[in-house]
Parts: sequence; structure tokens; C-alpha cells
Amino acid sequence: MELGLQGCELCGLLSRPAAGADEGSCPRCASELSFRKRDSLERCWACVVAAAICYLPANLLPVLTTTTAAGAESDTILQGVALLWSPTGWPLSLIVLAASILIPSGKIVALGYLLISAQRGSAESQAQRVRLYRMVKFIGRWSMVDVFVDTFTAALVQLQPLMSVEPGPGLFFFAAVVVLTMLAVECFDPRLIWDSTRRSEVQHV
Amino acid sequence: MSDGDPPVPSAPRSRAIAPRRTRLSLVWILPMLAAAAGVWVAVTRILAEGPTITIVFRSAEGLEAGKTKIHYNGVDVGTLATIRLSDDHQRAITTVQMAPKTESFLLADTKFWIVSPRISGASVTGLATLISGAYIGMEIGKAPETQRDFVALETQPVVSGEAPGRFFLLKTATLGSLDTGTPIYFRRLEVGEVASYELDPGGQSLTVKVFVNAPYDQYVSPGTRFWHASGIDVSLSASGLSVQTQSALSVLVGGIAFEAAATDPVLPPAEPNAVFTLFGDRSAAFKPSSHDPQTYQVVFKESVRGLAPGAPVEFRGIPVGEVVEVGAEVDAQTFQFSAPVTILLDATRLGVKIRDLAPGADLPAVRRRMIESFVAHGVRAQLQSGSLLTGALFVAFDFFPDAPAATVDWSQTPVRLPTTPGQIEELEARVASIVKKIDELPLQAIGQDLRKAIAELDRTLASARGTLDSADALIQPDSVLGAELGTTLEEVNRAARGLRVLVDYLERHPESLLRGKSDEGK
Repeated sequence: MELGLQGCELCGLLSRPAAGADEGSCPRCASELSFRKRDSLERCWACVVAAAICYLPANLLPVLTTTTAAGAESDTILQGVALLWSPTGWPLSLIVLAASILIPSGKIVALGYLLISAQRGSAESQAQRVRLYRMVKFIGRWSMVDVFVDTFTAALVQLQPLMSVEPGPGLFFFAAVVVLTMLAVECFDPRLIWDSTRRSEVQHV
Repeated sequence: MSDGDPPVPSAPRSRAIAPRRTRLSLVWILPMLAAAAGVWVAVTRILAEGPTITIVFRSAEGLEAGKTKIHYNGVDVGTLATIRLSDDHQRAITTVQMAPKTESFLLADTKFWIVSPRISGASVTGLATLISGAYIGMEIGKAPETQRDFVALETQPVVSGEAPGRFFLLKTATLGSLDTGTPIYFRRLEVGEVASYELDPGGQSLTVKVFVNAPYDQYVSPGTRFWHASGIDVSLSASGLSVQTQSALSVLVGGIAFEAAATDPVLPPAEPNAVFTLFGDRSAAFKPSSHDPQTYQVVFKESVRGLAPGAPVEFRGIPVGEVVEVGAEVDAQTFQFSAPVTILLDATRLGVKIRDLAPGADLPAVRRRMIESFVAHGVRAQLQSGSLLTGALFVAFDFFPDAPAATVDWSQTPVRLPTTPGQIEELEARVASIVKKIDELPLQAIGQDLRKAIAELDRTLASARGTLDSADALIQPDSVLGAELGTTLEEVNRAARGLRVLVDYLERHPESLLRGKSDEGK
């Protein structure tokens, strides 16, 4: 940006934006060019807000409905954690608690923090923020494990009429949280973290 | 800022594109969609909530908050939410989250109860609860007003209130082997069951509530008799052995049978909750009811072994009453033992009709005159054996013209009627006299004479044999007599031939009889 050049993300060609415009298309491969991801903050915010909204029903609605001869039973994620909590099974309970409750909520909070700090142009602890961003991005793909486990269980445990497991409405919201946070991470442009420093550095120069 | 020193002069210029018109990105649809979905789920959840009611149970055994369901006709219509003890710790108060649109079920007389497995011999119900745990059953009432607070029934009703049919009440002294669910039989067809039973105030009798299913309840008329058909009813009486059962099942679990007497007129069906008497057995049920019973006493000096209360009293073979009580008394002066037998005579009940009774006549006076007349003509009570096999006795009244004269003392209570020794006693006396006569016979002397006679006979037979032997020797073929007999017969033969020649000659020469033999023949 400071050099006035844009690199094409597809073919790697460096080009200068057309006069009076920040955006253009690559002269070689015609893909869109811009200094920063377009509407990065806005899109990211939309995804984070949507994820936060979905997070509520994901935790309040049952994710699994177990039907046995003794009757049907619906469990939310928290009930599942409580169910698994026993003197011998507490590590498993902690894993579920971390994977299903702490990580999604942590991702939403982390993204919110990154967005707010980027919007304010804060120059504080940029290195930590980038590390946070990388962590959120890395964890994102593993959050779907919960959804997979649930869907596999539902598909495999179909011992009609003795027992059957069916996904509950909470599972759809949980999957939506995971997908939306991943989209938010994709929309976020980490270069925004450094923009404030460059601006101040340039002003210094 | 980049105008100072461009380090990469050869970079080409990118193509300009038209600037975007809208500032608000379409991406904001995402949170809106999420919010809409969340709100929709929340709204459906709230709409899915039905009314909350409280049910008070005497015991919450088997109930579990959050798990136990309310079933109506097999449909899950609610879930038990909480259970807590009442303030006096005597009852369990539960709150139940009902399914939506169940307000119309919650009427003032709607009933709730805990369903648990019930095995009553004849049927097994609620087996599903063995696996799924108890659930709460309900029956929707008919009252117009709704209610939210209920008290559960203590026991599960056997008969659903909506089942077509009618309830009847039976009064009985003992419950026998009856239980809720015990079958009711009509002509050995299972048509209902015992719904409940309770002890009457005072504890003297029981009221059994029975339910008869719809098409069969019309056969219950005011004249219908109900009786215990429990198990096998074996009765050994003066009329012999009789065995009564309803069905193999009722032998095991008991039952109640009902039927109208064949002689009863056809009556309209009985009202619901009509009260009937539950008889001990079939014969008791069909015994005609008491009409105008009179109590008398007959005193027997002989053994009354085999005479039991309930034994019939007959007048010349017609049943006129029954034995009520068999007592015993001893005369303090003579130490003579006797058995006063109390009998209940009710001839009209047993079908004896009185002819030509003047209207308005004093029936007791007529009866008294009749009995006096009978006694004067020799009517006496007698113990007779009804069955040689069982030795059961009954009281028979009959004419005994030779009986010593007797009168009836009407001042006694109960009045004692004259008796005569029974057939058994008479028979015993007769047999005894026969035995005595046999005893008196000079059997020993007869035996000695007989032996002498036999020895004499022996001798006679021996001499007879000697005679026969000599006769035998005489007629042997090689005996002297035989040879002489042969010679004699030859002589006779020859004489006969000579005689024939003479006769031939005389036939041809009849004149020779006069002239003598001629010579021409020579």
C-alpha cells in the first residue's frame, strides 16, 4: 500500500492501481485486486454477530434425542456435559465442555476483540493479536468434529425399535456457529492489524 | 506517499472497475437469518408449552421428574416436571407440564393414577411399565368446569369410565377369592370383571362393585342371581355328589357368575348400580326365597349321625322345609339322651299350594288345625337315609297309623312334633332279632345228627355197590347164564321154523286138519 502496488492473489503479478481508484482488476488474469480484503470488517462483523446469535439456541436446544424403550430423552450440550461428569469420566466431560462450549464462545470473543481493535486502529500488542488470529484460524476446522460425532452417532445408532438417536435442532445451530466463525476468520484481513502502525510510521517519516 | 521514489517502475496499471453502488453489504443477511431462525425456534418452543397442572399423589413411587409421562389412550400428553413432598410430608405434590391444546382434558372430574404392572390371575396389564418405568394414566372427565389441581386415585381403575356397560353392586359376607379384575361369567361367557370392593360401615358385609360389558348388561334384570363361581364347588348331600365349576380359569382365580332363574318371568334390565346379593354357590342362589317360615322341633332318640343343617324335610317325598339346627339334650332324671332337631317348614316357598283357602281366613289357625289333624291320623317325623353311600339323613314326615297316639303341645316354643323311630332303627331291630334267632338254633346237635346220617349213608352206598357188582357179573357175555341163553334161543328158533312148516302145510291142505296127513306129500 505504501508502495502503491497491488499483488494479484491468483497469478502473483504486481500492478499499480488505476488512477484515483484503490481497486481494479489484474491486467493479466482479470481477478479482482484491492489493497485490503473488500469490506473485511463489515463482513467479518456480520458473520460474528450471526454466530453469536446462533450460539444461544445451539446451547439451549437439545443436540441429541435418544429414544430407548424407556422413553425419549433430549439432551442439550450442557446436559451432556453434566451427564458425562462422573468420578471416572470427568476428562471426557472436560473435553466436551472445551470443544463444544469454550472454543466456540472463545472464537466469537476473540474475533470480536480483533475486529474492535482493528476498527479502532489500535497499535497495542499487534504480535499477540496476530497469534490469536492464527490460533482462531487453526482451530476453526476442528470445531466441526462435534457436529461429525453427533451426525455419525445419529446415523449409526438406529436400533429400531430398541434404541435410536436423532439429531436435535440445537445441532443445526451449533453447525451454523462453526461455519459462521470460519467464514468470519476468512473475511478478516490480518493486514488490518498493522495498518495503524504503518500510518503512524509514515506520519513519522 | 508513493510518489517519492517508486522502486518498481515497471509495474503495470490495473484495470479500473466501476465503484460499488451500495454501501450496505449483503453479508448482513446472515445475522438476520440467524436471528430469524432463533426467534422462530423460540416461538415454536413457547407455543409447544401446554398448561401446567399439579397432581397430588399419596406416594410418588416410580415417578421421576422430567421422565415420567402422562398417557391418555397410549398418547403422551404431558411430562412430570417436579416432585416435592407436601408440608405435612404425607403426600407427594407433583407439577406436570401438559402438551399444548390439552386444556380441554383438564376437567374437574378428570382422574389421574399411577400405572404399574398388575397381575390379577385373569389378566396382566401394564407390562410396559416393567421396562419403561411407571407412567401416569388419565381418564378425561365429563364436568363442564376446568381444573388445574388434581388428587390422584390411589389405585388404578380396572374399568375405564368410557367402556360401554353398567356397574352393579353385590352384597356379600365374605370376599372369597375375589379381587379386582376377577371375571364375571354369564352362561360361562366372560362378560365383565370386578371393579372394586369395599367393606361396608360396621364391617358386617362387603360391597363388591362389578362391571358388566355392554351387550351383556341387558341380561342383568332385577331377578338375576349372582353367585361365587370360585374354584370347584363340591357338595356332598343327601341327594348325592355334585360338582360345579364355571371354567378352568375360574377354578384357579375365582369368579362371579350370574343368571336369571329359568322360572322367573322376563324382567326389564336392572338399573345401573342396582344392588344384588352375592350367593355362596349356584344352588343357594336359586333357592327360592323364604316365604312364611315356621320353626318346629322334632326330637329323636336315635343317632343323628349324617343329619346336617340344610338337610331337607320332606312330607311324603315332597320337600317342605329344611333342618336348621341339630342339638342335643339329656334328661336329668332318666339320663336319656335325645337330639332335638330344629326344622324350618315353609311349604309355600317350596311350591306347595293351598287350595280352597277361604279369603280372609286365619292362616296360622288353619295350619294348626291341619297339623293336629295330621298328627291324629298318625303323621310322625322319622329319620330316613337319603343316600346309602354317604349316610346322609333327612327328616321325613309320613303316615304311621300304628304309631302310638300323640298330641301337639302348642304352648312350647318351638312346637315339638311327634316322632317315630327311624327306618334305620327299625331295620337294626329287625336284623338283631334275626341274629338272635340264628343264635338260638341247636346248631351243634344238628351237626352231630348230620354226621351220623352221613355215616349211615356211607354204609348203604357200600352194600348197594356189592349188589350192582354181582348183577354185573351175571350179564357178562362169557358167563354161564349167557351160554344157556344162547342155546335156549337156538331151540326157540328151531321150534319157530317147525311151526312155520306146519302152518304152510295147513294152508295148502286145510283138510288134513280133519283127515290127517295125506300120503301125496310123501
